[in-house]
Amino acid sequence: MTTLEVRDLVKEFTLRSGLRRTRLRAVHRVGFTLVPGRTVALVGASGSGKSTVARMIARLEKPTSGTIAAVGPDGARIEDRHYRDHVQMVFQDPFASLNPFHSIEHHLARPLVLHGRAKGREQVRDRAAQLLERVNLPAGLMDRRPHELSGGQRQRVAIARALAPGAQVIVADEPVSMLDVSSRLGVLNLLARLQREDDLAVLYITHDLATARHFSDSIVVMNRGRIVERGPADDVILDPRHPYTKTLAAAAPDPELRGRLRSADPGPEASSDRDHLTYDHDAGRWVDIDADAQAAVTAA
Amino acid sequence: MTSVIPPSSGLEDLPPGTEPGALPPPAAGRRTGWRAVLPAWTPKLAVGLGLVVVIALFGLLGPVFAGDPATIRNIGLTGPSGDHWLGTTQTGQDVLDQLTHATRGSLQIGLLVGVMATALSALFGVIGGYAGGIVDEAFSLFSNVMLVIPGLPLVIVISGFVPADQRGSWTIALVLALTGWAAAARVLRAQTLSLRNRDYVAAARVAGEKPWRVICVEILPNLLPVLASQFVFSVIAAILSEAGLSFLGLGASNSSTLGTMLYFAQNGFALQREAWWWFVPPGLIIAAFGCGLALINLSLDEIINPRLRRPGRGRAARALSGSSRKDAVRSTAV
Repeated sequence: MTTLEVRDLVKEFTLRSGLRRTRLRAVHRVGFTLVPGRTVALVGASGSGKSTVARMIARLEKPTSGTIAAVGPDGARIEDRHYRDHVQMVFQDPFASLNPFHSIEHHLARPLVLHGRAKGREQVRDRAAQLLERVNLPAGLMDRRPHELSGGQRQRVAIARALAPGAQVIVADEPVSMLDVSSRLGVLNLLARLQREDDLAVLYITHDLATARHFSDSIVVMNRGRIVERGPADDVILDPRHPYTKTLAAAAPDPELRGRLRSADPGPEASSDRDHLTYDHDAGRWVDIDADAQAAVTAA
Repeated sequence: MTSVIPPSSGLEDLPPGTEPGALPPPAAGRRTGWRAVLPAWTPKLAVGLGLVVVIALFGLLGPVFAGDPATIRNIGLTGPSGDHWLGTTQTGQDVLDQLTHATRGSLQIGLLVGVMATALSALFGVIGGYAGGIVDEAFSLFSNVMLVIPGLPLVIVISGFVPADQRGSWTIALVLALTGWAAAARVLRAQTLSLRNRDYVAAARVAGEKPWRVICVEILPNLLPVLASQFVFSVIAAILSEAGLSFLGLGASNSSTLGTMLYFAQNGFALQREAWWWFVPPGLIIAAFGCGLALINLSLDEIINPRLRRPGRGRAARALSGSSRKDAVRSTAV
């Protein structure tokens, strides 16, 4: 079983306009741990840096600083060249994440072959059929091409592809936000079942608090590149402490109060003195990451 | 909050096939793999292919049946007749015999240049576009420089420098390819820049594919329509510029092409003597071949640019155009 440890992750992008260069800090000192069998939801608005975190974990972007380490069951850090055997990603848009030119079989066969899970045409086809079966798709789909599948089916194929290398850590970047409402729950429950069966560690990235609570054990809320609140799912949602989380929670529509706002319009996001703080529900207190780091530096 | 999804209907993991919009029945003749990159069968494509195939066969098989184009007879500049279907030249050579050999020579050069220019543009455009950074900067600077150099004058200068006895069709083809790849490279680079940011490329990288495999297996197949259209375009351009060069007397010295035919017709005052059978056939073949390739290119454009595409492809698909239209819009929207 693999655990993923993310420590002090920082990502800066350089913006160039003419000769002037400015640096944009998209992710600031983000850290969390993914444990087998448990789901962490990473919640935040668009542009809060959550997808950047996902892309760094999938090694599509290099972090500016900080570490992402996959730790094996024996407590040893997994080597870089085996990293992708353990950590895989499901992308947001199922219409873009499958190559329109290739058959479904290709999408499953390549990771199987690349990670040495199957050899020879027959075995690869067998394993691919097994994978399709695991995500509730008929094996006959193998020779189809992506445009012949519905969104939900495509996302299932994408999940099967992520499982193909035998990954233990799955990063799901808004896996259902592009799907029809009718197939969302099917895909989410599929993920939950696979997680139970394989004891997967899942990072579920979303902007939807309702599915985050339904689907995850703990929630990490990000705003403007920082973690502003973290803790068990119910605590964060029922007892939000940070003003941003409160705004987010109030923004969710409530079916019981049709036609009325749940709370008074919070107005423009109030910038408070707590913007740079993180509320940690486990510790039950406000944490200042930057101050802690400075304290660590002065102590050393 | 209170808007938690009720754990009732729909919560269960759906068994295969019960999902809304489940598997469509396997349509007969659905387009898989390579067939999907082929253009739809339209009158435009049929006419284009017909013209190109007829001219290609003429150039390929004609010389086998035709006599020696260099045979000199003492019947100079006679019009078309039973013996000489397209008449004779000033020195009594049969125009039809010459035309078959000239067509073959022109097609050869066109094909050579097409292959070389497409390979060059793919190299600079696709690799530059995918690699990004300094490689991209260097490659696109280079292709921009090649692009702004006026083509024909450069070709004239280069061919002028190569001694006439070394100026074979390979040399001419090389010169034309070196001056003709830049525009295609820019198109391919732009297309690659858009493809490399697709999620399926990222997914291939996450799966652990090597960069060259990502380019060759994930990106290149999706560039095929663009590549094909650039290839067709560079064949047209090559045949035209070769004809131009030969007409100026700077063409390949040891080969006969449609351009050299026009060159000799001009030198023999065919126009002034109203010997239309000498200069009209080569001109017509150039025009018809260019027209055929352009029509093929238009059909290829329909693959590249979905706005030109009809909702259904082929007759069978047109019957269910409603659903396939939605599909087409979806796949292009991403």
